[in-house]
Amino acid sequence: MLDLKNVSFRAESENGEIRIINDISLHLEPNKFIVITGPNGGGKSTLARLIAGISPISGGKIFFEGTDITEKSITERAKLGIGFAFQQPVRFKGLTVFDLLRIAAGKTISVSEACGYLSEVGLCAKDYIKREVNASLSGGELKRIEIATILARDVKLAIFDEPEAGIDLWSFKNLIRIFEKMQQSEGGRSILVISHQERILNIADEIIVLSEGSILRQGSREEILPDIIGTKYAADVCRKLSEEA
Amino acid sequence: MAKMDAIQMQLLQEVAGLHEIPEGAYNLRANGQTAARQSTANIEITPKENGSGIDIRIKAGTTHESVHIPVVLSESGLKETVYNDFYVGDDADVLIVAGCGIDNCGKQDSEHDGIHRFFIGKNAKVRYVEKHYGSGSGDGKRILNPVTEVYMDEGSAMEMEMVQIKGVDSTHRTTVAELKADAKLTVRERLMTHGEQSAYSTYKVTLDGDGSSADVVSRSVARDHSEQKLDLCVLGNAACSGHTECDSIIMDSGRILAVPSLEANCVDAQLVHEAAIGKIAGEQLIKLMTLGLTEAEAEEQIINGFLK
Repeated sequence: MLDLKNVSFRAESENGEIRIINDISLHLEPNKFIVITGPNGGGKSTLARLIAGISPISGGKIFFEGTDITEKSITERAKLGIGFAFQQPVRFKGLTVFDLLRIAAGKTISVSEACGYLSEVGLCAKDYIKREVNASLSGGELKRIEIATILARDVKLAIFDEPEAGIDLWSFKNLIRIFEKMQQSEGGRSILVISHQERILNIADEIIVLSEGSILRQGSREEILPDIIGTKYAADVCRKLSEEA
Repeated sequence: MAKMDAIQMQLLQEVAGLHEIPEGAYNLRANGQTAARQSTANIEITPKENGSGIDIRIKAGTTHESVHIPVVLSESGLKETVYNDFYVGDDADVLIVAGCGIDNCGKQDSEHDGIHRFFIGKNAKVRYVEKHYGSGSGDGKRILNPVTEVYMDEGSAMEMEMVQIKGVDSTHRTTVAELKADAKLTVRERLMTHGEQSAYSTYKVTLDGDGSSADVVSRSVARDHSEQKLDLCVLGNAACSGHTECDSIIMDSGRILAVPSLEANCVDAQLVHEAAIGKIAGEQLIKLMTLGLTEAEAEEQIINGFLK
């Protein structure tokens, strides 16, 4: 499904060049639920953005379903079936929730279809469908709408950057139900989630621990989770692992 | 009365959403002449004695009726100034649709300057829609300089929707309003300029009566080498509330000058102004591109939404 070969990302700073992603190689199987975890600043979000094409890689190659997508634009990758839910969703003056879902679906959709996606993320559709995606929406509402835009798309790989942040009023159960439903749907989907949350790690098929731009551990939940479980925050364990290494 | 041709009908559709002769009262003006006119039992349209325009008199208590007074110009080099006065009776509740479309395929400039005055009676409600549109491939400019004056009596309400999205080369829009006690004015202006166009829009709203209020919001987009000046002023002379907002997207080599201003002459006047100019945020484009749009398509969706 997705192959990263020696992918690196460097950025310029006042103190010269910093390496954010170091020569990462990764193979992800189709129809899996994969969680990337690790300490803050370890490069998790950057890696997700490199896969979606939002940031250009400094070295290496990315293959999606066997096609080299290294040089492909964000739009081309989206059309190939890569979806991306932002950690901090963007606001738009004038565009309504319905407009955004219609754009996401890539075709004319009925109001009832759009309402269906909103209900999935626990929003009362009739209250939201005509609302502008602007500053009048709370962070939590925006986050759920962001997830709904992924549901409206027919994606093969859905990337969620910290989907749990800001949805405290909405139960985790629902978020997990959405992930399960996406995987069970026709054709199956791969889901790649950036998260620290133990409850999300708990349902992963595979866990990748990323620290200081490198993969520290990668394996099945059964292999990785025992090192993480029982602690308050998965991130703390990641930090310990990283210190030990 | 003159018959309308296909170009004129197209313009009519752009500015007034009309495919055919509307219901209710109307006055259609094409190339400087009246093309059609109809009064109703409650709305009387009469030409001014000196021929400079029309008077529209709406009887007190008239509700659920509309007046359409679109103007179309398809002859190059035509310049006209038209004075239209609306007298809206007390307690009336009506829709007024105006607007002007110019198609200029010639070398000479075409210009329509419509001067509209509204005298709105006590507790009357008016929704006013004005759309301006230009088309045609000629070198001659399409020029529109509308002047709108609104005099609102106690307890009256007016909603104005002013739209100029395409094809007008030069415009100087002037809107003046004076409000008595408990009158309420809402303005939603939408402007887009492109090419070498220039637009200058000025509002002066005076809140004279206690309990009067005004909400004047202008959203605009300046593309290519176009220029805009937005000058929105609210004056408070009583216990009133006023809000003005200029919100603009700047693109390419566009230029925008936003000058919101407030003047309070009464300690109980509550006035607020906001102004923002900025390009389309990169992250907005990226978000829509992750949904499968190209950068150009994303830009178009953002602008359409902004000007909706």
